[in-house]
Amino acid sequence: MLEFIQHLVNGLSVGSIYALIALGYTMVFGILQLINFAHGDVYMLGAFIGMYCARYFRLADNPSLGALLIAILFAMVGCAAVGYLIERLAYRPLRKSPRINVLITAVGVSLFLEFSGQLLFGSDPKFFPQIYRPSGDWSIGELRINPLQVIAFGISITLMTILQYIIFKTRLGRAMRAVSFNHDYASLMGIPTNQVISCTFMLGSALAGAAGVLVGLTYPKIEPLMGVMPGLKAFVAAVLGGIGNVTGAVVGAITLGLAEEMLVGYWAPTYRDALAFAILILILLFKPTGLFGSKRTEKV
Amino acid sequence: MSSTNTPVNTLATGEVLLSFKDVGVHYGAIEAIKGVTFDVRKGEIVTLIGANGAGKTTTLRAVSGLVKVSKGSVTYKGETISNLDAHLIVRKRICQAPEGRGIFLNLSVEENLDLGAWAAPDKSTLKADLEHSFELFPRLKERRKQNAGTLSGGEQQMLAIARALMGHPELLLLDEPSLGLAPQIIERIFEIIQKINQEGKTVLLVEQNALQALQIAHQGVVLETGKVVTQGPARQLLASDEVRKAYLGE
Repeated sequence: MLEFIQHLVNGLSVGSIYALIALGYTMVFGILQLINFAHGDVYMLGAFIGMYCARYFRLADNPSLGALLIAILFAMVGCAAVGYLIERLAYRPLRKSPRINVLITAVGVSLFLEFSGQLLFGSDPKFFPQIYRPSGDWSIGELRINPLQVIAFGISITLMTILQYIIFKTRLGRAMRAVSFNHDYASLMGIPTNQVISCTFMLGSALAGAAGVLVGLTYPKIEPLMGVMPGLKAFVAAVLGGIGNVTGAVVGAITLGLAEEMLVGYWAPTYRDALAFAILILILLFKPTGLFGSKRTEKV
Repeated sequence: MSSTNTPVNTLATGEVLLSFKDVGVHYGAIEAIKGVTFDVRKGEIVTLIGANGAGKTTTLRAVSGLVKVSKGSVTYKGETISNLDAHLIVRKRICQAPEGRGIFLNLSVEENLDLGAWAAPDKSTLKADLEHSFELFPRLKERRKQNAGTLSGGEQQMLAIARALMGHPELLLLDEPSLGLAPQIIERIFEIIQKINQEGKTVLLVEQNALQALQIAHQGVVLETGKVVTQGPARQLLASDEVRKAYLGE
């Protein structure tokens, strides 16, 4: 039982990180029907921005929750800017092009970021500074929990709640939902669709940036290709939840995180990375719309 | 349609609000409209009629900015609006209920109406406007919290018109509001269009239902394969043998 709870905590923590990344995938897909394959690399940039910010401000000298929040804030703002630029420079000129062109461009942007990262940061792994170091483990009875995991989980949930609020309660969110339904109809309301698309990229990228810092904190080895696998897994999580659906992305990501952790804990540790792809294949075979996705029906 | 609904004023007297001069639109290599010229005067209902593929919807999309004009010009109050982005044209108080109604089926009725007021010049009237919409379309009030996807076709059309009105249009563009609706509902929709017009809004109405459209319109423009074949006061068109034969099924 104890072991199970331990795996549960790990799974939730990993799943919430996947969720932060998956949200960006699903939001961009919702609004542009584009799989933004560069999204995992934005997450990588978030980790590096966090690292440089920590070095610059010497955050590791006074580790605290405040220091962590500063690093997260910088990573979020930096990644939002990167997301804006990616959309503006790579995708917007292709707005009216066939989808396959945009998809190939997305792969190109991804490679560009990965190898620019290797050039800029070096390809050897870097150590992420310990900007927040809660003392010891928290123990409840015999259960021992790494507080970093709890903090990471808490911050993820907070950010996701804020995102939900933006999407469902604000003017921007309403515009995003309108644009994701139909660009033409939205522009007939007077909604500047390009600006709304930019905002969507910035929000998604900011969340990925936060995820980068949180991962750097818990698994403190970062390198320019670190975004590839989490990026793919978050994509699977988004597909599992029904791509384009915000709630689905969170549920899919938590499910994937838990499933991975249980697989590793009880059965076959070496298959951790295979699981996501097995899920992807099964979903595409049996329920391509995902758990929460639905086909859009229109009345005539 | 009772005879009292038939407009008396068939003389073009108001100032020109919208003007098409030799407008052409291409979709790739295909020329959807080829040199369309007509005027819409303030306070009128002008209807664009013609068969499927005649270019009616394209003409409307050229006004609202959803398609780029490849030749000629569209002017509104003397200002060229062709090739402005759609979201900027709405700010000039030209609002459209698009083809297929264009309802956001993933949003509630009220959210749809709120979006209609996105570009409205004065936000303080939002509440009153909402009430006015519900007065015109009481069914929408009952369903304000519901997802718009649950509405019937007729209710969706009413929502589309109500939403376009939320933007305080001077010029209202309606694209086939009668499409796919039952005859009584069509009649109701046409009455509402007349009422909106009597409240001072100019209406550009695209219709396949030529007979009913001409009965409420002041002016008619007949399109055929992307060109204007005839235009004039709606009454004259209704009486013309040519039009009756081609479009009114006689």
